[in-house]
Amino acid sequence: MSEGGAAATVVEIPAPARRRRPWFALLAGAWHQGRTKVGLLLLLLLGGSALLGPYFAPYSPTEFVAPPYSTPSDFGWFGADLLGRDVLSRFLWGGRSVLTLSVLATLMGMILGTAIGLVAAYSGGLLDDALMRTMDVLLSFPQLVFALVLAATVGPQLWLLVLAVGITTMPRVARIARGAAVEVVERDFIRAAEAIGEPRRRILLGDVLPNVTGPLVVEASLRLSFNIAVVAGLSFLGFGIQPPDADWGLMINENRNGLTIQPWPVVLPVAAIGLLTIATSLVGDGLSRSVAGIEGGGRAKQ
Amino acid sequence: MSSPHALEVEGLRVELEGSRVEILDEVSFHVPAGHVLGLVGESGSGKTTAGLAVLGHTRRGARIAAGEVRIEGRNVLALSSLERQSLRGKLVSYVPQDPGSALNPALRIGKQLEETLSEHGFGRSAGERRARIAETLDEVLLPSDDTFLRRYPHQLSGGQQQRVALAMAFANRPRVIVLDEPTTGLDVTTQAHVLATVRDLCLAHGVAAVYVSHDLSVVATLATDVAVMYSGRLVEVGPTSALFRQAAHPYTRRLVQAIPELSGEHALIGIPGNAPRPGLRPPGCFFAPRCEYVRDVCHVAFPPVETVIEGHEVRCYRYEAVLRESLAARPAAPLRPELEAEDALVTIRGVQASHGSRQVLFDVELVVRPRECVALVGESGSGKTTLARCIAGLHKNYQGEISFRGDVLPRSCRARDRETRRDIQYVFQSPYSSLNPRKTIGQIIGQPLRLFFDVGGEEARRRVVVALERVELSPSVLDRYPHQLSGGERQRAAIARALIAEPRLLVCDEVTSALDVSVQAAIIDVLAELQRDLDIGLLFVTHNLALIRTLSQEVAVMSEGRIVERGLVDTVLDHPEAEYTKKLLSDTPSLEAAMAASG
Repeated sequence: MSEGGAAATVVEIPAPARRRRPWFALLAGAWHQGRTKVGLLLLLLLGGSALLGPYFAPYSPTEFVAPPYSTPSDFGWFGADLLGRDVLSRFLWGGRSVLTLSVLATLMGMILGTAIGLVAAYSGGLLDDALMRTMDVLLSFPQLVFALVLAATVGPQLWLLVLAVGITTMPRVARIARGAAVEVVERDFIRAAEAIGEPRRRILLGDVLPNVTGPLVVEASLRLSFNIAVVAGLSFLGFGIQPPDADWGLMINENRNGLTIQPWPVVLPVAAIGLLTIATSLVGDGLSRSVAGIEGGGRAKQ
Repeated sequence: MSSPHALEVEGLRVELEGSRVEILDEVSFHVPAGHVLGLVGESGSGKTTAGLAVLGHTRRGARIAAGEVRIEGRNVLALSSLERQSLRGKLVSYVPQDPGSALNPALRIGKQLEETLSEHGFGRSAGERRARIAETLDEVLLPSDDTFLRRYPHQLSGGQQQRVALAMAFANRPRVIVLDEPTTGLDVTTQAHVLATVRDLCLAHGVAAVYVSHDLSVVATLATDVAVMYSGRLVEVGPTSALFRQAAHPYTRRLVQAIPELSGEHALIGIPGNAPRPGLRPPGCFFAPRCEYVRDVCHVAFPPVETVIEGHEVRCYRYEAVLRESLAARPAAPLRPELEAEDALVTIRGVQASHGSRQVLFDVELVVRPRECVALVGESGSGKTTLARCIAGLHKNYQGEISFRGDVLPRSCRARDRETRRDIQYVFQSPYSSLNPRKTIGQIIGQPLRLFFDVGGEEARRRVVVALERVELSPSVLDRYPHQLSGGERQRAAIARALIAEPRLLVCDEVTSALDVSVQAAIIDVLAELQRDLDIGLLFVTHNLALIRTLSQEVAVMSEGRIVERGLVDTVLDHPEAEYTKKLLSDTPSLEAAMAASG
């Protein structure tokens, strides 16, 4: 800095080695993990078959096409179910509901939980205590039991299933969001935003939220893999899609008596649900490793 | 092999594991018994790495690739890690920067000291060890009675903790001791005592000490010799007085010019640019891109070691030219604007503030006028930041009144109107936490614009660029994220964010304490210029007395929540009245005093 002619001596900034947006860095870091690639591949396969499956199904899912419990040697690729409907067609039709319901429920839980967690962390004091203790009370109900109680009182409704699973997801997300945000709200840039009179809503959305996305993204994938199992479980118990429509959970329930003669209508959805859960948790694991700064091959970043 | 030096380091190279990128290279120095070598450098220069390498230790991910570290003729690096472990604490010991994290919080002080001794098989009986513990505690001026030994680290003050760490380091009477900025977190008074203790102990026991520090004033007071590090190389080594009076390396010279002085007679001049990071170092001299003496030859190869006089070595092709322009040619400080009798901008009357139930401010009175810079000086915990935050509306829990241009300010910034919030701007201590890491510099600086002036788009971008130029940042930072900038650049961006609101009062809370001296000088320069050009009042909060003469007209000295002395800067610094101010002044380490003392 030469004294006097300061306007001329603008400090030159050397080009940084990496010009990545933080978001991009998180995703790129996750992509470099082998597990993320495997997870994404599985997700693509199963998600694709669930979403696009109906267009490729050889028959209608409710059409009776063969004698009940026909084995693959007698009919089609995977035989027929207890009522003589094509197993492959029912499988291809039945993934949509599981996937959309669990994604919707997770989304709902994430949005509610994040909002509650951020507000609790930012306001602190009495509101913080009140919100988080309420979350603790909700957390003390087992997820499945809570959903069952709700479904039993109102009856099997799809929106109810989403609501029940969403609400039970919320407290877990709220705890994670609050935990991450508590640290952030103590930082000086939050004080700086307050000092210039930035509205609370904008501080929460513009300053706090972007700094807690890492743990939240990881939590979202974890919750999703958990909720897939819960939604499938609930529809197995008959609180989701109603017969005669196709659904993976429902298929398992309907066909479990014939397991020994014709295993395919049970094995196929069970494998799909299992793999879907594994795939989302693999992706979640990759993301969380990227957040923690672990590179592919398990070495910590320098 | 016998040698006159207790510690000899020869051709040390430390590199990153895997990529083999050099962190430091060609580092050679030696320290005779009883001497203190000051290893100085700015953040990222590799000084701590060099200090740790003396113990044969590196941080994770790095390794010592070449070189020798000889302690009394024995090469430490050739030993097995187990042998080296037994040397540490006995032959060579280490005092870390933060004693709070170095002491085990779960063990009593006495137990920890005892362990240091028994680990190395000192003494035949517990009684003998107890006698040594009493002796070392006595040396570091701590009590050695049982009540003290039974305390836990958290029951001690920061200064006492650092003394315990010193006692542990000296307990086994090592030949070499490495001190890594041991006084950074301490108040000047405590720092002065700890420094005196280190010097006495090294002399008394013939210990060769390496004192790693970024603070040249401290090193000047303590060290017999100084080694200056830049980007992983030693650029100059020599006796303290020669090195600071007649710096032969351009970097040392610029560094000395960046040190704030109590007298404030010379201008503070920062060093433009940044030190190259490992892996991005240019061919030739690493300082060449920032050097005013640079010639073509400097870009070809790193300069060889040249001897100025016996014991004073430098690595610069042009050291003779540097030497010719002696330090006396240092430019004088620019005149501070005259004080004008004007109505007060901010008046603080009888403010009492508390954190929870603990009162931290007692009856504070202060006035800041337009176009005036008031320095608020005090040690950590004196309440100076709380006062600054009360003014900015960030600390609500206070009684008394703060009025701004005649009107009493509401306590919370949310309760204040837009105009007032715009008029009072606050710059935070650490630029590492005051900028949102997920926003670009352009977004961060544009935030006040949106709130205060309702401008957006091209006009906003234009104003942001103007603000950036005010703080001497290039417009290329607009789309960068804070982590892509250096500390000094971040603090400039933070100042730009405050300036863009066109404030009447700028509250600067320790804005340079997280920065290197060369950057600090540049930031002070920017602030001084802003104040001259923009007619704003400045409240400059700092713990560093040496900084204020360059910038402020008035000073208020704070101690334990009270203002103990207030007045014109020259009057207070030259003829202090309060006991506390006198003590603070005499304890503040300064290059001039150290040079004067050495004759």
